[in-house]
Amino acid sequence: MTSIHPAPKFASNEGVTAALTAALGACLISASENHGEVILTVARGSIAEALTTLRDTCEYQQLMEIAGADYPDRGTNDGVGRFEVVYMLLSLTKNHRIMVKVNAAENTPVPTVTHLWPVAGWLEREVYDMFGVVFDGNTDLRRILTDYGFEGHPFRKDFPLTGYQELRYSEEDKRVVYEPVQLAQDLRQFDFMSPWEGAQYVLPGDEKAQGEAPGAPTPATASPPAAPPVAPNVTTPKHTESPAQTGAGEPANTVAAKPSKPTGGAGA
Amino acid sequence: MSLQPQSSPTTGDEIISNYTINFGPQHPAAHGVLRMVMELDGEIIERIDPHIGLLHRGTEKLIEHKTYLQALPYFDRLDYCSPLAMEHSYVLAIEKLLNIAVPDRAQYLRVLFAELTRICNHMLNMGSHVMDVGAMTPNLWLFEIREDCLNFFERAAGARMHMAWFRPGGVHQDVPLKLLTDIADWLDTRLPRLFDDAMSLVVDNRIFKQRNVDIALVSKEDAVRWGFSGPMIRAAGVAWDLRKSQPYDAYAKMDFEIPVGTRSDCYDRFMVRVEEVRQSARIMKQCLRDMPGGPVASDDRKVVPPSRGEMKSSMESLIHHFKLYTEGFHVPAGEVYVATESPKGEFGVYLVSDGSNKPYRCKIRPTAFSHLQAMDFMCKGHMLPDATAILGAIDVVFGECDR
Repeated sequence: MTSIHPAPKFASNEGVTAALTAALGACLISASENHGEVILTVARGSIAEALTTLRDTCEYQQLMEIAGADYPDRGTNDGVGRFEVVYMLLSLTKNHRIMVKVNAAENTPVPTVTHLWPVAGWLEREVYDMFGVVFDGNTDLRRILTDYGFEGHPFRKDFPLTGYQELRYSEEDKRVVYEPVQLAQDLRQFDFMSPWEGAQYVLPGDEKAQGEAPGAPTPATASPPAAPPVAPNVTTPKHTESPAQTGAGEPANTVAAKPSKPTGGAGA
Repeated sequence: MSLQPQSSPTTGDEIISNYTINFGPQHPAAHGVLRMVMELDGEIIERIDPHIGLLHRGTEKLIEHKTYLQALPYFDRLDYCSPLAMEHSYVLAIEKLLNIAVPDRAQYLRVLFAELTRICNHMLNMGSHVMDVGAMTPNLWLFEIREDCLNFFERAAGARMHMAWFRPGGVHQDVPLKLLTDIADWLDTRLPRLFDDAMSLVVDNRIFKQRNVDIALVSKEDAVRWGFSGPMIRAAGVAWDLRKSQPYDAYAKMDFEIPVGTRSDCYDRFMVRVEEVRQSARIMKQCLRDMPGGPVASDDRKVVPPSRGEMKSSMESLIHHFKLYTEGFHVPAGEVYVATESPKGEFGVYLVSDGSNKPYRCKIRPTAFSHLQAMDFMCKGHMLPDATAILGAIDVVFGECDR
C-alpha cells in the first residue's frame, strides 16, 4: 500500500529489516514492518546486547523513548509476560527510526540500558512506575510520576481509571487527607461495538434467540449456542381459541369448589 | 528552604558544611511544579535530584478511555504553551495508521499555525528566561507578541489556548481571508518591530551574557546520549530538525534555515530560539504566499464529519455526523511512533490501535523529560543562581513533562 498520509517521512525502510536481522543474529525473535514502522522483537535477556549492536554498528545513536504497554491476555505461560517494553531508536546519520520490543512479566526483570544511554534512567523509572516492570541493573529505580507513597501501577489495564485513593484538604485536620475513592456516580463506559458486527458479548434478551434457524437477530458468536429448547410433551399444542380450551368452565368450577386443606396458620 | 548543616568530617578548626535545599515545588523560576532537591557546597551545586510528577494527571490512561477524537483536547493540555504542536503529532499518528490523505490547504494551514505556535511558545520561554536572570522589560514586550498570537488563535479556532483545531484528516474550520491578511501584516510590521526591540535589550546585554555564557556546556556526544532534541541539541552544534530531516505536512516545500550553536551553553540555546522565531516568520510568509484554496479536511466521511449545512440537508451526512460524534471512527490495528518538531524538541506519540474506536495505548514522549533528567549533570559545579538560567534554557513545561 502506498502511503498518502502527511506524517513525517524518514529514510526508506527498504532493506533495513534484512540488514538489521543479519546484524542482530540470534538475539532477534521476529522482525516486522507495518504502517511504515520497522519493529524488531528481541529476546529479553539479550536486549542490552542487541541495543549495543544497534547503537554501535547500525548507527542508531539516540534512544528517544521507552514505552510500556500492557496486554493482560498475553500473560499466560512458558515465560511470556503480559507487558511489552518498546525502545524507540533514532539514527541521526541515517535519518531513520526503528522500534525494538521485548516481552516482560512482573517477575522477569529486563536488563537495563542505562550504561548505553544515561537517558534510559528516567525512562525505565517511568515504565517501572506505570507498569511494574523491573529493570535489572538500574540503580535508581524509584517511582517517578506518581505520588510519594503511591501503591499499584496505574497504567495496567486492570487498574481502574479512577484509582483507589483520593485526597482533599481537610479543614478540621488542617492537612491533606487521603481517602478511598467514592464516586457520586458510576463511571460510565460506553461500548460502541455494533451487535450486527460481532460484539463479543450477549445482549440482554439474546438468550431467547438461541438455537433458532440461520437469520437469528444476532450472530451471537460470544458463547457456543445452547442446546435447542426441549419440545413440550403434549399431543396437541395448547391454545385458547374457545372457552373450553382455556381450562375454565365446569371442571374448573368443581375443582375450585373443593374445600381446601386448612393450613397451619401464617408462616407454616 | 531548610538548611541542614552536617557535622564536619574534619577535626580541624575549619568547618565544612553541605546544605540540602528544596528548590520548589512552588518556585517562580521552576516554571511550574518542579521540586529539586539540591545538595550544595556553599553556593556550588554538587548534586540535583529533580522530583517530577506533581502535575501527573494520567493523560495516557484517560486517552485509552476516550475515542480518538475525544482524546484530542488532552493534547492541548500537555504543553499548554504550544498546544497546536502537541495536537500535530497526535493527528499525524492517527493519519499514519489510517493512511489518509490530507488536502493541501489543510497542510499549509497546519504548518502556518504550528509556526505561529512556535513563535508564541518562544515568546513565553525567552521572556521568562530573561526574567529568571534578572530583566523585566523584555518579558513584557514579548508578552505583547504572545498576546497577538493568542488573538490569531482565537480568530481561527475560537479558543485562545486550547484550540483543538487540528483534526485527523485536516483542520476543523477554514480561516477567514481577513485573518490571513492580518497575520501577513503582523509578520511584516508588528512582529519584527516588537521582537527586535526586545532582543536589542537582551542579546548584547552584559548582565544577560554574564549569567548565560559558558553555563551548562554540553558536548555533542552528551547531547546525543542524553536524548536531547530541539533547540537543546541544535545549540550543541547538531543541525537536527525534524521539520527538515523528516518533513511532515507541507514542510518539505518550505525554505528555511536551521540555526545551530557553537558553544552549547545557555546563551546559545537562547540565541537558537531567537533565530528560530525569525525562521518561523519566514515559513509563515511562505505559507501565506503559497496557500492553495480548496477543502480544509479530507472528504473521507468515515473519518471527517460533514459540514453542518450538509448534515442538515442530507440523510447520509446526518448518519455520518451522528456516528462520528458518538462512536467515532475505527482505526486499523497497528502501532506507530510519530514525532514532530515541537517548539521544545521532539514530541512523539506512540499510538497502538487494536482496531476499535479507542486507542489501546497512547504513549506520549515529552521533550522535557530527557532534558530535565540531564539537570544534574548540567548543573554540577555551577552556582545556585545558575540553576534558574539552566532551567530557563531547557524550556520546561510541566503539563507536558508530567502528563
